[in-house]
Amino acid sequence: MSIPITSLAEFAARSAWLQPHRILLMAVAAALVISAALFMRWDWLPNYYGLALQGIWRTIWILVVTCVLGIMLAVPLGLAQAAGPWWLAMPANAFCTVIRGTPLLLQLWLLYYGLGSLFPQFPWIRQSELWPYLRQAWPYAVLSLTISFAAYEGEVMRGAFAGVPRGQLEAARAYGMRPFTIFRRIWLPQALHRALPTLAGETVLQLKCTPLVATITVVDIYAVASRVRQDTFIVYEPLLLLALIYLIISGVIIFLFRKMEARIPVRLG
Amino acid sequence: MSGAAASTADRPAADEAAEAIHIENLHKKFGALHVLKGVSVSARDGEVVAIIGGSGSGKSTLLRCINCLENPTSGIIRVNGEEIRLKPDGHGGAVPADRRQIERIRTRLGMVFQSFNLWSHMTLLENVIEVPVHVLGIRRAEAVATAERLLERVGLADKRDVYPAFMSGGQQQRGAIARALAIQPRVMLFDEPTSALDPELVGEVLKVIADLAKEGRTMVLVTHEMKFARQVATHVVYLYNGQVEEEGPPEQLFGDPRSERLKQFLRNVH
Repeated sequence: MSIPITSLAEFAARSAWLQPHRILLMAVAAALVISAALFMRWDWLPNYYGLALQGIWRTIWILVVTCVLGIMLAVPLGLAQAAGPWWLAMPANAFCTVIRGTPLLLQLWLLYYGLGSLFPQFPWIRQSELWPYLRQAWPYAVLSLTISFAAYEGEVMRGAFAGVPRGQLEAARAYGMRPFTIFRRIWLPQALHRALPTLAGETVLQLKCTPLVATITVVDIYAVASRVRQDTFIVYEPLLLLALIYLIISGVIIFLFRKMEARIPVRLG
Repeated sequence: MSGAAASTADRPAADEAAEAIHIENLHKKFGALHVLKGVSVSARDGEVVAIIGGSGSGKSTLLRCINCLENPTSGIIRVNGEEIRLKPDGHGGAVPADRRQIERIRTRLGMVFQSFNLWSHMTLLENVIEVPVHVLGIRRAEAVATAERLLERVGLADKRDVYPAFMSGGQQQRGAIARALAIQPRVMLFDEPTSALDPELVGEVLKVIADLAKEGRTMVLVTHEMKFARQVATHVVYLYNGQVEEEGPPEQLFGDPRSERLKQFLRNVH
């Protein structure tokens, strides 16, 4: 009785993955999902389907826009602290310290209720082209989330810039590279690559900061779940679905960052 | 400079070839530390100048002053007859007066570092074409062709798509030599190219350098490998405590050293 080597190897690989505790966990998970589907109330779902999709879309674009703008601010903030003259390093450091040292909710409200109530007092602002935007809530949401991300990532980038080996920058200098070329070709790419694992975690954190925008009337996916609760008095089902949606978005973020990290292989030890 | 004056006349074929590197009365201070105390060294086209000396003698600093990786405190540096314009930095030292000039001069000097300093976010091939493409403005296809030839030469053709972290020290250093050659430098500068290598990897790097010397490339080489310096150098400079203690052809310096300090140095390293 002989079993082909390949199927043996396959079986070994599969059995290594399919261990008893994993099978048990998967069974538990499946049981949870099935019981949730069977025993909980999901009849409200069709009524809020469109609103939920809009909310998901709004959560995602706020996340993407604030992360992109934030990192663009974080690069100069980090560079100023890592290599800038004191008159640039000090304000950058102060900015990061103040923003990181106060709650995001407070910043959001200061901007929305503070600036938002200050602006209408100036006729020239009310008459300007920007007014149609400034009277809405989302610009304040985007602004405060961007500032917050910039401050945290400014600190991350400071370390990342400082961690690039001096010798590699010196080599670039020794071959006649101009300072900006060195920054663009050597320093920034290496700093970003070093920062990627941290940035992945920070982006997931940023995702979980986005529900705060619901407090200033921006209808993201969290606001939709609250709406369902208020309308129908159904509490757990919308929250469970909300958790699942955030989990999926987090998974996608982590997957994308892994892809980016893998572009340059790293040897440990 | 005790023994320096006497030996200048010994240099063979000195006057016909143009001076590639000319250093005159170079001083370098790091704060209170006076590292170079009036050093004059020159390398003519086709010469291989080896700079030897104990640790702390200033030999690496001297090499790094040639392309202004260290700014000299005072003195004259000429590369292919072009003097690097310096201006006072306001703290008693000097800095290059014209950034464009020093960047242009640096593209004629192929520097090889003790710690290789390959760019770790690029493959070996990308390392080699980086400066030709992004500094010298050479077309990518052309730069790749040149780079492949150079990698072939240093025996790393099969490593073109490998990242530096996955190469041995000897391979990294040979790659770094290919990177320096890719800018088609007038002079190669070697800063202790084998000091960071495991003993069994030193040979492969020295062989590449010896090949370059054989084809008549102008080189300035700071090294601890006395036997190697004796084989490849056409002129040897012994630095002691920031000054040229003795210089001359290798046979004389290693065979019949005049200075007492050099004799002792050679006894200690052999």
